[in-house]
Amino acid sequence: MWGRLKALIVKELLAVLRDPRARIILIGPPIIQLVVFSYAVTLEVKNVDIAVLDRDHGAWSQELLQRIAGAPSFRAIVPVATPAALRQAIDREEVLAAIQLGPSFSRDIAAGRPAELQIILDGRRSNAAQIVAGYLNRIVTGLAADAARPGAHRAAATTLVPRDWFNPNRDYVWYTVPNLIAVIALLIGLIVTALSIARERELGTFDQLMVSPLRTHEILLGKLVAPLLIGIVLITVYVLAALFVFGVPLRGSLLLLYGSAVFYLAALVGLGLFISSLAATQQQAILGAFLFMVPAILLSGFATPINNMPGWLQPATLFDPLRYFLVIVNGVFLKGLEPGEILANTLPLALIALVTLSAAAWLFRTRME
Amino acid sequence: MSVGRQDRLRRFAALVTKETYQIVRDPSSILIALVLPLILLFLFGYGVSLDATRTKIGLVIEAPTPAARTLAASFQASRYFDVRLGRDRRQFTDDLVRGAVKGIVVIPANFAADQMKHGAVSPIQVIVDGTDPNTASFVENDAQGVLASWARIEGADTGAQRPGIEIEQRFWFNPQLTSRFFLVPGSIAIVMTLVGTMLTALVVAREWERGTMEAMMATPVTAAELLAGKVLPYFVLALLSMTLCVLIAVFAFGVPFRGSVVALYALAAAFLVPALGQGMLISAATKNQFLASQLALISAFLPAFLLSGFLFEIGSMPKIIQWISVIVPARYLIPSLQSVFLAGDIWPMFLRDIAVMLFEGAILFAIAARNTRKRIA
Repeated sequence: MWGRLKALIVKELLAVLRDPRARIILIGPPIIQLVVFSYAVTLEVKNVDIAVLDRDHGAWSQELLQRIAGAPSFRAIVPVATPAALRQAIDREEVLAAIQLGPSFSRDIAAGRPAELQIILDGRRSNAAQIVAGYLNRIVTGLAADAARPGAHRAAATTLVPRDWFNPNRDYVWYTVPNLIAVIALLIGLIVTALSIARERELGTFDQLMVSPLRTHEILLGKLVAPLLIGIVLITVYVLAALFVFGVPLRGSLLLLYGSAVFYLAALVGLGLFISSLAATQQQAILGAFLFMVPAILLSGFATPINNMPGWLQPATLFDPLRYFLVIVNGVFLKGLEPGEILANTLPLALIALVTLSAAAWLFRTRME
Repeated sequence: MSVGRQDRLRRFAALVTKETYQIVRDPSSILIALVLPLILLFLFGYGVSLDATRTKIGLVIEAPTPAARTLAASFQASRYFDVRLGRDRRQFTDDLVRGAVKGIVVIPANFAADQMKHGAVSPIQVIVDGTDPNTASFVENDAQGVLASWARIEGADTGAQRPGIEIEQRFWFNPQLTSRFFLVPGSIAIVMTLVGTMLTALVVAREWERGTMEAMMATPVTAAELLAGKVLPYFVLALLSMTLCVLIAVFAFGVPFRGSVVALYALAAAFLVPALGQGMLISAATKNQFLASQLALISAFLPAFLLSGFLFEIGSMPKIIQWISVIVPARYLIPSLQSVFLAGDIWPMFLRDIAVMLFEGAILFAIAARNTRKRIA
């Protein structure tokens, strides 16, 4: 039986890797993806252009503009002369924010009267706009504190000292690279397996497999092991890239990471095989895989925290293998997550794998008849 | 060749009919064009939200001075935090590692209100989980906000002067800052990328794989006719899919629609030119469904998600990646689409974006046509 199984695994590996273009596409683009997207996935807001309608041209408005220009998040200050020009700059997304200063801005400050200032933000990009509003508020508050007349009683500034654990410089790449390892493994693992049975059906080699002495569970085992091996190799390539290209620290145990990765990949392969048994053609298999992939990524907590989702939707994330593997990958790289915690997240993966693999086997048998 | 205009039209109509049947008869194209958009819109409309709600934090009060108590009360009253109280930071360290709390705020033992009068206040420490920088930033900013408003109230009590500049802040187009309002238009762009690029790449790659494309080549149909006949039904399907999305967005999710229908369809149609062109090019270049799906995923779907300004600000990315994003067609669709929904018709911006998309589409189709023709010879 082992000889047969080995032959089958070799055959499955060849089915994917025989085509040199397939070999390239499995290794090359994912690395490029890792590099490009690692730097793209950031909710920081930098290089912001801002329009200023300054009707004051006084000492304090100059001071304010200087401070904005000096702030690291802002790139250019675009002076505008009329409210219409300001409106147009925002409308056409030439600037993300605009500041309006009335004619008496500096005079009011000098006289100790409350001065007025208007900040207009582009709500179409509400997330970035909110962050920029925070930056501007901080600058204006700082200016107001310094403008308080000398001799007057100043409110002491209460300071807040932030400390980031695990990632002291709050480096986004440290966050995105481990996460992307899990996401890209999902994308590739699922498509490779979703195609495996569907391709044989479409090409007609499935019948040949059926008349061979192989038993059903052996066929499935072969289809499980081959993508698992490919997945492990891919994850190894990404882990090496994370460590040596991106300099992400590895604080936990690689062995535990691989141990849980096997269950993660098994869960994905089970799903892929289920989709593949269901599909009549490769096209259906790929699109079916997509139908699962997109919600899986959105519900995993990768781009947006699970806590932000409404309460009734959060239970749905419990069925998402990506959710658990993200915790593990992040934890192993940055936190040195304890074995107990890794186990707590691997267990659901093992359960999902069990369910998806049995479902795939059941469907495979049913559709064979 | 002396083929009449009529013949040519008839031939083209036959091609289009064939492709249409192919779409209608395959449940997977309906799945991707109608079911997936529903799921996506549903998730972006109800599920995925960038608006943080009540982050769980641990609040450590090392000594219950009056000032520490009022500050703790401010944290508990804040709508940004779900506070658990403790006396020692070590109580929460395990929770922070596990992710059960997203931050620890420490009010030090020597924190007291009378310090405010002397202008020297012990700093409050905020410990955040740096493995999730977004949440870390939110926790820090929100804690800063709570502290500032607390200091203002305490400062007013102790007779300190209030800040002298009143800030009036306005968010145009989306005053409630509902993230759904900008996520839903963006997800429509994703749906059109899926139908336009992914689906066409797969379908045409399949024809190559099975050799039916060669059979078509043997007919008198020209390469241009063949391309157009393939593309037209998917163009219509993508527009249908988009229409469905817009109807749901407006009527089910209450996303405002302030622009015109003309602008909407002009933008969508212009976007489909490069999207379909990319799909045709991918299929002609790979002639294999597996490769086509991977290439479409990598070169169309993921860039539309990550490099288009949909979720992440392009301006904040490193220069090289900003340059790469220049060729992503979705980058030109999403801001304009968001404007059609939220701001109204801003034609100078729309026309510029449409021109860029058409230009890109023309290049892609030209390459795809060359690729197709070369293979016949």
